[in-house]
Amino acid sequence: MTQKQRLPTVLFSLLTFGYAFLYLPIAVLVAWSFNASRLVTVWGGFSTKWYVQLVHDDRFLAAAGLSLKIAVVSACLSLVLGTLAALALVRYGNFPGRKLFNILIAAPMVMPEIIMGLALLLMFVALEQAIGWPEGRGFTTIVLSHATVSTAYVTVVVRSRLTQLDMSIEEAALDLGARPAKVFWMITLPMLAPALAAGWLLAFTLSLDDVVVTQFVSGPGSTTLPITVFSSIRLGVSPEINALGTIIIGVVASGIILAGWLLRDRK
Amino acid sequence: MNWRRALVLIGPFAWMAVLFLVPFIIVAFISLAQPRIGIPPYEPLMDRDGALNITLENFTLLFEDDLYIQAYWQSLATAGLCALVCLLIGYPMALAIARSRTAIRPVLLMLVILPFWTSFLIRVYAWMGILKEEGLLNSVLMGLGLIAHPLVILNTNVAVYIGIIYSYLPFMILPLYATLERLDPALLEAATDLGAKPWKAFLTVTLPLSWPGILAGWMLVFIPVTGEYVIPDLLGGSDTNMLGKALWDVFAINRDWPTAAALAVVLLVALAVPVGLLHRLQHKIEDAA
Repeated sequence: MTQKQRLPTVLFSLLTFGYAFLYLPIAVLVAWSFNASRLVTVWGGFSTKWYVQLVHDDRFLAAAGLSLKIAVVSACLSLVLGTLAALALVRYGNFPGRKLFNILIAAPMVMPEIIMGLALLLMFVALEQAIGWPEGRGFTTIVLSHATVSTAYVTVVVRSRLTQLDMSIEEAALDLGARPAKVFWMITLPMLAPALAAGWLLAFTLSLDDVVVTQFVSGPGSTTLPITVFSSIRLGVSPEINALGTIIIGVVASGIILAGWLLRDRK
Repeated sequence: MNWRRALVLIGPFAWMAVLFLVPFIIVAFISLAQPRIGIPPYEPLMDRDGALNITLENFTLLFEDDLYIQAYWQSLATAGLCALVCLLIGYPMALAIARSRTAIRPVLLMLVILPFWTSFLIRVYAWMGILKEEGLLNSVLMGLGLIAHPLVILNTNVAVYIGIIYSYLPFMILPLYATLERLDPALLEAATDLGAKPWKAFLTVTLPLSWPGILAGWMLVFIPVTGEYVIPDLLGGSDTNMLGKALWDVFAINRDWPTAAALAVVLLVALAVPVGLLHRLQHKIEDAA
């Protein structure tokens, strides 16, 4: 297919239709968040009152604070784990146990969340019975669970960057007498930086968005933002959630655009 | 293997062993335990004198109860149907992106990924406002005079299908795009030069060569949807009976952990074949690349 050829009309319209399907609900939600009327079908004029109401709702504020803390800590953990895993998978050739290692790392991506959540909870309960730690469920168990799920995603991102990396630069440094540790910190890591940033952001977003696993491993007093939203929308549509959704969409969209910008090919 | 390599490996390996492998072994064990009322809500697997205290009743219960059998079939049917519709919507989109100019491909791809990362929960919630009886869809349709009475969509299986297809579409498009983008344009040109009509060229060249992408996309939608819990809970109604929701209800409402564990084991066994297949496929694609 030559580059100048235009898309056939059928393909072009199907693509447009697809994007409309993907973005229509988001656009509608953003519009509703500025609607003065409580009703979704009546435009009562432009208003930011739902945002004002939202920022005065302690329930959401406390949950958002907890969610952010969990997301930062679990993203850092999975960044370290995922980077190590990617290094092992790309650089260590066929080490013993590679197959099992690969399965263990990748499986959480395709595992239904409901099974992940139940399995992690049963493990935490059994562990508490055996050694008395972790005491109950809360911050620690949520962080550990989120980090486990996100490590798979970080590994994929870092791994694909590692395979594209030009090893001759590192080899040159080694030939010139640099210690392997120094080569790693001064050359490998900086070259991986865009992928590390993108991986961290993905892990952060995943944690911030998780409902199912969190529902299993959270305890009383550790209600995250998605759990609060989930229990509130089960009762029906509320304009405050529209405002919250618009904020989340704005923040996440800027995060993704930032990640894409970091990962773009610098030519 | 030198000590430095061992050091790099041991962290992630130990982590995934303790927080991924061991939990599944525990699920398998607890699915054999006797339920009881207490904390934790299951009997120890071994008596004080070392005798095994296990039962298969949790499993026989699942296979005798019509509710679970129905949930099983409904989950598989829903996952299959939604994966099919995602394929039908996603294939032309992936093809169109792969055939767009190289410069705008990253932007088009970003547009696919973007909603996939913007709060899943919020996007499902947006559909509640669109599909409900006095919602946007009904008021538009009635305003256009297409229907006289509002359609009941929210809290039915149709709403569940819409929510699932919407949420999982990006999972279908991305692997399809990855294979379609790598297709050698020369093959298609050769088919056209030899007189094949665009449709024939598509059916005989593009479609067969994109098979790995179709399979990968299918699995990425089918597997998680089988255990989907949030969407059936928010958009579904009384006739929605899926395994993910059944598992949560057994776990949280009945507090019957052994039966919940048995349900998880059944779901895992049912998924083991497609997961294994996906894994092999990924290897093939990686090796080919």
